[in-house]
Amino acid sequence: MTHTTATGVETEPGIKAIRLRHPWRNIFAVVLLIIVALFITDAAMRPAYDWPAVGKYLFDQRISQAAFITLQLTVYSMVIAIILGVTLAIMRLSPNTVVSSIAWVYLWIFRGTPVYVQLAFWGLIGTIYQTIDIGLPFTEPWVSFPTRVALSAFILAIVGLALNEAAYMAEIVRAGLLSVDSGQEEAATALGMSWFQTMVRIIVPQSMRVIIPPAGNEVISMLKTTSLVTAIPFTLELYTRSRDIAAVTFETVPMLIVASIWYLFFTSILMVGQYFLEKRFARGIGDRRPDKKADDAAASLTGATPVVGSGQPTVVLPPTDPPQGDR
Amino acid sequence: MLDTPMVVADRVSKSFGSNEVLKSISLEVKRGEVMCLVGPSGSGKSTFLRCINHLEVVSSGRLSVDGELIGYRETNDKLYEMHPREAARQRRDIGMVFQRFNLFPHMTALQNVMEAPIRVKGLSKAGVEANARTLLARVGLAERADYYPAHLSGGQQQRVAIARALAMEPKLMLFDEPTSALDPELVGEVLDVMQGLARDGMTMIVVTHEMGFAREVADSLVFMDGGVVVESGVPTEVLANPQHHRTQAFLSKVL
Repeated sequence: MTHTTATGVETEPGIKAIRLRHPWRNIFAVVLLIIVALFITDAAMRPAYDWPAVGKYLFDQRISQAAFITLQLTVYSMVIAIILGVTLAIMRLSPNTVVSSIAWVYLWIFRGTPVYVQLAFWGLIGTIYQTIDIGLPFTEPWVSFPTRVALSAFILAIVGLALNEAAYMAEIVRAGLLSVDSGQEEAATALGMSWFQTMVRIIVPQSMRVIIPPAGNEVISMLKTTSLVTAIPFTLELYTRSRDIAAVTFETVPMLIVASIWYLFFTSILMVGQYFLEKRFARGIGDRRPDKKADDAAASLTGATPVVGSGQPTVVLPPTDPPQGDR
Repeated sequence: MLDTPMVVADRVSKSFGSNEVLKSISLEVKRGEVMCLVGPSGSGKSTFLRCINHLEVVSSGRLSVDGELIGYRETNDKLYEMHPREAARQRRDIGMVFQRFNLFPHMTALQNVMEAPIRVKGLSKAGVEANARTLLARVGLAERADYYPAHLSGGQQQRVAIARALAMEPKLMLFDEPTSALDPELVGEVLDVMQGLARDGMTMIVVTHEMGFAREVADSLVFMDGGVVVESGVPTEVLANPQHHRTQAFLSKVL
């Protein structure tokens, strides 16, 4: 279609030109492909990888059980971390200085020390606090039981991972909450919504768009961090289990490959989940139609004539918009 | 009871730190009255508007809506700060329209209008939806009910914002420069809706730079500058024959 400009000059319909060639880009791509192909064929032949052993252990029951435990560690600790992280983020935004300072100190400690060190501490909790007492301070406890009995290595692993992760989630959530325009809170408040309703209905859904991508990273990162719970020591998760098997069979490299394949499998699933979550929370924001300008023009054409300065009290009907058939 | 004014401000002052934004503002808005607040930017008109629904807390003086003190409870000559829940209850009856619309972007126009009646008043969804569609039709946007704000023009967004405020059946409507963020050709459609509201007897306080609207629709005009009411009266008189030199100076620039 040709356009007629204000001066009446017709513009040309489209541009026909010889496309610019990129020979070096193509050569580079071919070289890369050759290197990759060489690596793959070499790896397939190399005895150290021992592919038959990989195939044998990939679905070994001990390995698949360990993979399931790794998944459990990830899910449980992530759920706790998100709940605690949201709480910490809201605490940091509190007008009460004591509340916000406590949240800050929590972040300072749990982000400032390595998770491996923290897990080692959790492993020693039974030595540091030998009994768990329930009762009023400075009085005889009502119930008292040994810490080692109450808290298994599995629970300590979850607690250790969750408390560390909560510090990072808190910062992600806080950034998300702050990314929402302050006018949103004002509008909700002006409508008579309570603080809690405003958060749950207005602020949090909008902050999700900012929170989900880094939170997805954190879940994937957590899946891999579970391999550190050997510091507690907890030995039933994927990596430690593969190492233990390798220590007996001397098939170290194949076992590493087996563990890697399982980790990759889980992260791939998580990435798919993240994609759909992101789509869900992009509603109304991420899907701007390209023809918005045309929309504006249509709206302005149908707006009623301005009453300003018309001089007499005319009955003005609200403007109506045309049916949507013309788009 | 019908004779009592809708809004009474009695020597209302507001400071942000050492900066005194409102200095002893006293005025009354009668039921069904449309009052326009005009003045240069920084004159405190928006702040005053936000004090009326307690988005800002007044520093001194009394501010009441429909005979009820805003933000405080008075017992035995002592003022008690209100619980946020109480303040929220007061705000239900006061609609507010913002310069930047502040529609909820993750909800459609219809959902925007339905949100507060369902969550705040706890009304049933079916009744609220019927009422919301009526309101959207009233502002001329029946066909756009399922559009997200990002797909609406500025003027359409502001009309949805008005419908959203009306859905709570407020007794008072506050407009904070409702047309200032709009392209010039979209201003008319919003002013039309506001004029319709005024005709239906809604009590309205409008902070605006639209002198034409003030002249045509408002019952009273208040000119503010530097945090004080400089001049007030019938719009046609104030606009045609301003008494104070600051009013004269301001009007000579905007008219």
